[in-house]
Amino acid sequence: MESVSSPLRCFGECHTAEKYTDDGVETVTSVEQRKVERSIQEVVSVYKQIHSLPHTTAVFATMTEPTLLRDQHYQYLKKGLRHLSDAYECLDASRPWLCYWILHSLELLEEPVPTAIASDVCKFLARCQSPTGGFAGGPCQAAHLAPTYAAVNALCIIGTQEAYNIIDREKLLSFLFSVKQPDGSFVMHIGGEVDVRSTYCAASVASLTNIMTPTLFQDTPTWIVSCQNWEGGLGGVPGLEAHGGYTFCGMAAMVILGKEHMLDLKSLLRWVASRQMRYEGGFQGRCNKLVDGCYSFWQAGLLPLLHRALFKGGDSTLSLQKWMFEQQALQEYILLCCQNPAGGLLDKPGKSRDFYHTCYCLSGLSVAQHFGNMDLHHELIVGREENRLAPSHPVYNICPEKVAQAIQHFHQLPVPVPAQKEGSSACNTTTDHS
Amino acid sequence: SEDPKQLIQDRKEWADLEPVPQDDGPNPVVKIAYSDKFTDVYDYFRALLKNDEKSDRALLLTAEAIELNAANYTVWHYRRVLLQALEKDLREEMRYITAIIEDQPKNYQVWHHRRMVVEWLNDPSEELEFIAEILSQDAKNYHAWQHRQWVIKEYKLWDSELEYVEQLLEEDVRNNSAWNQRHYIISHTTGYSDPAILNREVQYSLKQIKKAPHNESVWNYLKGILQDLGLSSHPGLLEQILELKETHCSPYLLGFLVDIYEDFLENTLEHHEEVLSKALELCELLAREKDTIRREYWSYVGRSLQTKYGSSDSSTTTSAPGSDSGSVHQETPCSS
Repeated sequence: MESVSSPLRCFGECHTAEKYTDDGVETVTSVEQRKVERSIQEVVSVYKQIHSLPHTTAVFATMTEPTLLRDQHYQYLKKGLRHLSDAYECLDASRPWLCYWILHSLELLEEPVPTAIASDVCKFLARCQSPTGGFAGGPCQAAHLAPTYAAVNALCIIGTQEAYNIIDREKLLSFLFSVKQPDGSFVMHIGGEVDVRSTYCAASVASLTNIMTPTLFQDTPTWIVSCQNWEGGLGGVPGLEAHGGYTFCGMAAMVILGKEHMLDLKSLLRWVASRQMRYEGGFQGRCNKLVDGCYSFWQAGLLPLLHRALFKGGDSTLSLQKWMFEQQALQEYILLCCQNPAGGLLDKPGKSRDFYHTCYCLSGLSVAQHFGNMDLHHELIVGREENRLAPSHPVYNICPEKVAQAIQHFHQLPVPVPAQKEGSSACNTTTDHS
Repeated sequence: SEDPKQLIQDRKEWADLEPVPQDDGPNPVVKIAYSDKFTDVYDYFRALLKNDEKSDRALLLTAEAIELNAANYTVWHYRRVLLQALEKDLREEMRYITAIIEDQPKNYQVWHHRRMVVEWLNDPSEELEFIAEILSQDAKNYHAWQHRQWVIKEYKLWDSELEYVEQLLEEDVRNNSAWNQRHYIISHTTGYSDPAILNREVQYSLKQIKKAPHNESVWNYLKGILQDLGLSSHPGLLEQILELKETHCSPYLLGFLVDIYEDFLENTLEHHEEVLSKALELCELLAREKDTIRREYWSYVGRSLQTKYGSSDSSTTTSAPGSDSGSVHQETPCSS
């Protein structure tokens, strides 16, 4: 295990040389980028002043190292799991997401969820389950693939029998079929929009709960491939600009479906590697846009997936110790620039904290700290050892033990038989799944 | 008509309907402290849903519910059901959705709703102008571009789009969404197979590179349009790039050179050792000095090239992929 206890990359004399070069041509893009760089510089210089105090004792030295504000984040998360202010009215159709973001953050911090709360989460998510299958953003709302993904993940994090038993697998399967499109894509909900997020949500829940049938993902890999564009990343639908969130969803879905080699992995690798900001250390979502803490996961999280895919494809030149991004730089960005002193994490300095950013900044921090898998594991912790987070599964973004446990549980159950649609003619039921 | 400032529960038009409170269960989690107004509107929305009521007052209520949470896709779906059942004036709905999008342009549901209304009306005539207006406020709004691409493809409105893209690139040559749109239009119209078109695009890109050499978008575009044919196949390109290297160097130019050399190695048999050594030198320069944030990546590229194209006796210089960890902070000469 490697511990970086002194020079931070952002303190190096070459760091300022990494600032944006606008070639004397000012545009909205360059102006905004330079504003962000100035704010990062400010954060770093304040931090430097604290750090450069004479540290005559080792104890004092550790106090000035980048520190993950564990207690503050824990209090913020613990409270949020129960109560949220009216600022969260805008997420009233995403409450399973709130459960997942908070539970995953707690599991990364290795803070246990009290049994009672875990059970209450299960009961709440049961109320979010639609009578026709899948989960909705709240009780009595319509089923939607995003809260379905979040609910299943949250239940798997809890990992009790009660949690697993909440999921109505038969209805979930019929929900997935009901949103499946002829071209291989999925709409997010009945009467809703198509984009590549839906394929990831569907593949994630189907694989975890063991309800994959031979036809469920027919033509889906081909559709996902069509989302990869000239930049090397993936857009939300074919033709759109490459974007970190959509690229993660597409790649992770392909990994679940075992079809990752249909993508141009080399171009994808070049694209995502280029998304790390040379000055800030964090990642941008799209070329020529701004850094954002959440991309610490959506973008950096692609590198473990690519590493594994390339390895499976026979690549012998991959590193045995590091992901193909600057792990230290990302950790510094998150620790120095993305923490709210009162708890919670955020996009960039000046922005407000929220549970989404808390989840994905911590998830990204975990990716940056842990290389490899259980067989080959190499850690790189910036700052104190106490900053260490639990490792996360790069496909599902819940802890690997929870993934294994869920898969083990649901694979004991038979794959449900897709039900007949209502109003269909009286044809025999054996035709659906030959 | 109703007074929007009054709670629904106090409005006489709603006296006959019993509101349905949200049932989060006895020990709620992620419990939101809804305002009284929010609770009021949504209690009545749940009542409407339960009764499957299709009325004008229901339509009005969906607007109030949307105002309180425009991300509630269940409400939007219900609104669409009502619009159809009540045969409402869709022109008026266009006006409504226009105002909502102006106010909340980064929401999925509002754009999807607009698309549905445009489809029902089968009338895209306002779209390009409307989207341009939204893009004038945020030239990279992803939903706006998605809607724009859909409208153009669905209704075959390709004709004036390249001109629009050029205007945007004139305003901000770093607008990656505009570069993407450029690729979208050309791919779906003339294509890049016509050498005249390809050459035009290459020249356009080189022109933009000279103006702002550190603009990553244009370098990505240049590679994007040439990679299918092969970067090394375009005559004179290598020479032009090497010339630019003297006066307009950037990490992107150096990366592009690596790509040209790699393509050359892929497609030609001659000068392998020389080309490989140039490529490896650039990877090393990028990793060590010019693009250090991507040090792990460029080292990997170098090792891959060496393994794939290196001759069997020159394997000594490839650093083994696990042994170079050592000190994270090597002394590196700073690039000027």
